[in-house]
Amino acid sequence: MYTTDLRTAEEKAKDAKLKVPTKEEGEEAFQARIDADEYIEPKDYMPDAYRKTLVRQMSQHAHSEIVGMLPEGGWVTRAPSLKRKIILTAKVQDEAGHGLYLYSAAETLGTSREEMLNQLHSGKAKYSTIFNYPTTSWADVCTIGWLVDGAAITNQIPLCRCSYGPYARAMIKVCKEESFHQRQGYDGLLEMMKGTDAQKRMVQDSFDRWFWPSLMMFGPPDSDSAHSSQNMAWKIKRFSNDELRQRFVDATIPQAEFLGIKLPEQVKWNEETKHYAFGELDWDEFWAVVKGDGACASNRMDARRKAIADGKWVREAATAYAEKQRAAVRAAE
Amino acid sequence: MSKTTDWDLYEVFVRSKRGLSHKHVGSVHAADGRMAIENARDLYTRRSEGESVWVIPAKQIIASDPAEGDALFGPAADKVYRHPTFYDIPDEVGKM
Amino acid sequence: MNAVYKTEDNPLFQYVLGLGDDALVLGQRWCEWLSKGPNLELDIASSNLALDLLGQAELFLGYAAELEGSGRSADDLAYLRDAHDFRNHWLVEQPNDDWGVTIARMAMFSLYHYHRLEGLTRSNDKFLSDVATKALKEVAYHRRFASEWTIRLGQGTKESHGRVQKGFNDLWRFVPELFETIDAEQKLADDGAIVASGDLRFAWEHDLDQVLEQASLVKPEGTGRLIGSRHNGHHSEHLGLLLCELQYLQRAYPTSAGAHW
Repeated sequence: MYTTDLRTAEEKAKDAKLKVPTKEEGEEAFQARIDADEYIEPKDYMPDAYRKTLVRQMSQHAHSEIVGMLPEGGWVTRAPSLKRKIILTAKVQDEAGHGLYLYSAAETLGTSREEMLNQLHSGKAKYSTIFNYPTTSWADVCTIGWLVDGAAITNQIPLCRCSYGPYARAMIKVCKEESFHQRQGYDGLLEMMKGTDAQKRMVQDSFDRWFWPSLMMFGPPDSDSAHSSQNMAWKIKRFSNDELRQRFVDATIPQAEFLGIKLPEQVKWNEETKHYAFGELDWDEFWAVVKGDGACASNRMDARRKAIADGKWVREAATAYAEKQRAAVRAAE
Repeated sequence: MSKTTDWDLYEVFVRSKRGLSHKHVGSVHAADGRMAIENARDLYTRRSEGESVWVIPAKQIIASDPAEGDALFGPAADKVYRHPTFYDIPDEVGKM
Repeated sequence: MNAVYKTEDNPLFQYVLGLGDDALVLGQRWCEWLSKGPNLELDIASSNLALDLLGQAELFLGYAAELEGSGRSADDLAYLRDAHDFRNHWLVEQPNDDWGVTIARMAMFSLYHYHRLEGLTRSNDKFLSDVATKALKEVAYHRRFASEWTIRLGQGTKESHGRVQKGFNDLWRFVPELFETIDAEQKLADDGAIVASGDLRFAWEHDLDQVLEQASLVKPEGTGRLIGSRHNGHHSEHLGLLLCELQYLQRAYPTSAGAHW
């Protein structure tokens, strides 16, 4: 998900070494608070590893929201009706807002937003790699709403109960606003499926390209995710990658059937388990995209860096003006 | 050395139309107070009407230490570096 | 190429089309800023401005379609007319360039739009007065936003001052068109439906002078003639490119051919 652990094996080993300190007596009491479903607030005691993990997870979540604005922002000017244009603009606006809520919540842990953004633009911080796939048709814009936002919602609802107060509260706000995102996407596809053959092909093609990457948003299989247990104990992660992925697939397949598109052959209902089976995912592709392969990775960061660079004089002007105003007030006193 | 171009942090408090008092909802960055009000309005009141918004530079807030009486945890601090949040128990989360 | 409709045909339709087209074209320009703004706060501000304007476009174009009475919809007008049938002012179709030009354009236009809407709140056309009353609140915010940013940029740094001054200088030649009142429009004003554009100039200039002074900016002087008129379907080259992007999907997959959007 947007919060999926995207660290390589080397990075995880390095971080793990940081996590093996002596057990402070504070840590036991801290864990007891979490077990009792108490919320950890910014000024409360917390182990360094907890803080570090949260900053990484929350900032990655925030980065994903704002990078997610790029593919959709590119299509707002081409939306095929006034209604769709307005709805998509509102969605992109929400995403900026979600990014801000999340940076805001992450800042409570002592990192500035500017620091976090520098890490994103320098390539040090990661963001959900789903956005490194290109949006090449209007159907893609709708599919992103349906599948990508759908996956995000699947992940975010449990996080409304995560242990860190500001993060949980940000998630509650985000979830309230997110419901329309998924619906607008699905609605757009439903409409297109009533249209011409060319439109139906557009929808099918879009689904074929986005379905598997959206499943991989939930991260590597549980068997590969050695470090989940600490995050689960700390209630930063509430369900495993595989659990969430299965939940998402089970919800999504009936929706796909209702749309009338062709499903991949590997997707089959399993009468025993009462879940949809979907076979093996291409984890080589996943890690390649994390590494920076794929059509869009460099484009996305170039676009972000350009916006920041182009806007520097604007931010400086506002700061300079504010300082002049304050100086004038001081001089008058 | 690159100068920071990030604007100052402001904490935001909003009173909804039916509310009796302002609640802390989060923070915004802005270059000055006027802009902070507008950014807060854009970010935190998009879906409701009849709001009152207060903003205050984060570094001007003096917060009590929630752990003050508690011997086990928490260094006391008289300046707030991180965001102070004064929620007792978030209502919405209780229902979930 | 001559416009499909002549200005004398259904003057109220032409006028309302102008309201809708201004909102649509400027709304599209603000959409272009999404994810490209100087920071996230300004991305949100840009999207707010875009949403207000697109909402107005929908209302005004919908009413224009009604007045035309040919069974067209707001979308038909937005997506299926070519540039020579658009009635927006040349000012709003000018490109974003940088934040300085964008703000200068917004300051000049929003002050104009504000006074124009304010006049429309007294229109004897109920639809116009109702929509104007609602839109006035939005545009009050637009003009404040644009004025504040004009001042911030004008007084901020040497660079910002230069850029926003350039914005006003480059766009000043589109000002006279804002206040041009053709005969058909004068008649509408005499009938009580609108306020003549020419009558808005005094208030507009008074407000703008104050903003420019606070911003330490110089009001540009003199203007050449704009050769051509929006009333005859003449525009700058920018509108064609803008419409290309805006209209592409409906042109490529027309609803008249069975497409569903």
